[in-house]
Amino acid sequence: MSIIENHKTVGSPLSEGAKLRARDVCVFYGEKQAIYNVSLDIRQNEVIALIGPSGCGKSTFLRCLNRMNDTIDICNVTGEILLDGDNIYDPRVDVVPLRATVGMVFQKPNPFPKSIYDNIAYGPRIHGLASSRVDLDEIVEKSLQRAGLWNEVKDRLHAPGTGLSGGQQQRLCIARTIAVDPEVILMDEPCSALDPIATAKIEELIDELRENYTIAIVTHSMQQAARVSQRTAYFHLGQLIEVNATDKVFTTPEHQLTEAYITGRFG
Amino acid sequence: MNYSTLLIALLIALGAAYFLGRNRARSLAGQGESMHSLPTHYGALTALWTTLPPLLILIMWVMLEPRIVDALLTMQLPEAIRTASEAEVRLALSKVHNIASDPTMMGQSDLGSVAAHLVDLEQRAAILKGGVILSVILLGVAVTWRRIQPDLRARGEVERIVRIMLFASSAIAVLTTLGILVSVLFEAVLFFQKVSPIEFLFGTTWSPQVALRADQSGSSGSFGAVPLFAGTLLISAIAMFIAVPVGLMAAIYLSEYATSRVRQLAKPALEVLAGIPTVVYGFFAALTVAPFIRGIGESVGLDVSSESALAAGLVMGIMIIPFVSSLSDDVINAVPQSLRDGSYGLGATRSETVRQVVIPAALPGIVGAVMLAVSRAIGETMIVAMAAGLAANLTANPLDSVTTVTVQIVTLLVGDQEFDSPKTLAAFALGLVLFIVTLALNFVAIKIVQKYREQYD
Ligand SMILES: Nc1ncnc2c1ncn2[C@@H]1O[C@H](COP(=O)(O)OP(=O)(O)OP(=O)(O)O)[C@@H](O)[C@H]1O
Ligand SMILES: [Mg+2]
Repeated sequence: MSIIENHKTVGSPLSEGAKLRARDVCVFYGEKQAIYNVSLDIRQNEVIALIGPSGCGKSTFLRCLNRMNDTIDICNVTGEILLDGDNIYDPRVDVVPLRATVGMVFQKPNPFPKSIYDNIAYGPRIHGLASSRVDLDEIVEKSLQRAGLWNEVKDRLHAPGTGLSGGQQQRLCIARTIAVDPEVILMDEPCSALDPIATAKIEELIDELRENYTIAIVTHSMQQAARVSQRTAYFHLGQLIEVNATDKVFTTPEHQLTEAYITGRFG
Repeated sequence: MNYSTLLIALLIALGAAYFLGRNRARSLAGQGESMHSLPTHYGALTALWTTLPPLLILIMWVMLEPRIVDALLTMQLPEAIRTASEAEVRLALSKVHNIASDPTMMGQSDLGSVAAHLVDLEQRAAILKGGVILSVILLGVAVTWRRIQPDLRARGEVERIVRIMLFASSAIAVLTTLGILVSVLFEAVLFFQKVSPIEFLFGTTWSPQVALRADQSGSSGSFGAVPLFAGTLLISAIAMFIAVPVGLMAAIYLSEYATSRVRQLAKPALEVLAGIPTVVYGFFAALTVAPFIRGIGESVGLDVSSESALAAGLVMGIMIIPFVSSLSDDVINAVPQSLRDGSYGLGATRSETVRQVVIPAALPGIVGAVMLAVSRAIGETMIVAMAAGLAANLTANPLDSVTTVTVQIVTLLVGDQEFDSPKTLAAFALGLVLFIVTLALNFVAIKIVQKYREQYD
């Protein structure tokens, strides 16, 4: 299989008044191109699922959205990504506030080797969001509550975050991201290391978070995409093949590659 | 036959036996037998049985032959020498060996006949040795050859022998350490019979000069080791003061900031620093750094001794930098990338990530690295001997000259001495202290590093 010449994403990748707009984004790892001319809009208060076979560039694309790719020396991004109309790849943009605005949750829960409290307080401290200890306490409590973890940890806020179960750790990481008051949350396979019950909790949480945040989630589970997202984007070998409403993608996909993937013919 | 010829013979036997055993197994298999193991296993088995026994015999021979020869020679010595002191017998024997190695002297000494006997003995021993070894080799080949039958479980036997050989190797390492420890302990106990441990550990005067002969004037020596401990501590502290911050920051730069090109150049360069012999550091310290410090000190009106703790400590610190940096580099690299990603993902800068996430995560490992470095510093001798001097001053002033445990061990043992004088034995007591301290440091350091490893595996 190779990339499709002159491909144009089918469905409705663009939309009016989107929160994030990617335009003609190409990503290179050294000589190797990983993303080909992807244009995609992500709307305010929607959950968009990015699906596709392994190695198709979902993580790479997601990491472009808050410039996490900057931490990889050989990675090079072209095209534009506009957050509320401003190009985040503009040389004048500072990645520090950008990453606070566009937060990220990773595949493997990665709590810092600190207490639960300090894990949440890490971001607000760095960005100077709390003016007093009381403020900080409040941010910590609110974030944990939003992440649905407060009741489970309120008695042991000063125990190490690494001592929580995998599912709790992942919710801790979500709480940590929420604590810096982002507008967009990027999630890269946030449930792939979790059991079904912990997964169900996170999915429920994602659904609640949609009220306040814009969420892009990479997932390998089509059921998960169907459960949590409103729109689904299908990637294939670095190209964005199709973007449509989630129920449409899973019932009547427009592109044959999408259909092949969701019917399990490859991937 | 001399030893090198025998070793070559053994090597040839090794190869030949391997092929013999393997081919026999193959030919048996060719005759339709179903062999238990692969032909190579039979080859290896034959090779092992052919070479190991003669090798063991050879090693025993090397250890025993001189003793037996000396015992036989002693019987040949004139009555007068034989009944005299043991020392005289030893002296006579070494004379005999000298004469035997130089035929022109043979007729000139009254020990000439004994020497001739020695030459004769050595010739006979060589023939005997060659004969024994060769017959054991042949016996090994023959017996194993006959044993190679379809139901011989060669694979299992080879594995067992290999296991025993590996075990023996590790046993040698452990036993040597134990042996050293026991002998140091033994001599130290002798020392503590002459000087009380309390005086040794808490006394503040170190002047180990003891009268060599009874009629010599002089004291009985004074063995308070506190000045040595203090000197060691002072120099190690100065060294760590340099090495820990510089080494750690170098490690952080290399693992977190440097591009891969820089890293590829800088890492080997740092390791070269670790490869410089300590004696080179020593004269660098004594000839360059010490006068330099003295010069600076004098220009600001300080009284600096020409051999200063500061000079030795500084140079030792430089020596230890690569040690600290490469160990810390390892533990910093072991911090999972996902933690850094998590921090960057929250908008933290590189230095915030390093300070608040990477270093705390790597801290136990870094502490372990530092402790290993401390034990290195405490055990270091050459630099201190050359740059810090021999004067056992009890001082905390880094500009003074001090001495350390290791340096004193060297000074105690160079030159003429009796083996049972407290001066000599003191070296063992100091060695014991050093051994215990570094052992404890290493032990704690390894425990810490281990605990840290478990956390991320
Ligand atoms: N750091 C990197 N250096 C070089 N190439 C990379 C790097 N990260 C990813 N790639 C390449 O980019 C392509 C896309 O990788 P990416 O991780 O984005 O895929 P993915 O869709 O997230 O796959 P998965 O579902 O397995 O997570 C792959 O071919 C991969 O080999
Ligand atoms: Mg991925």
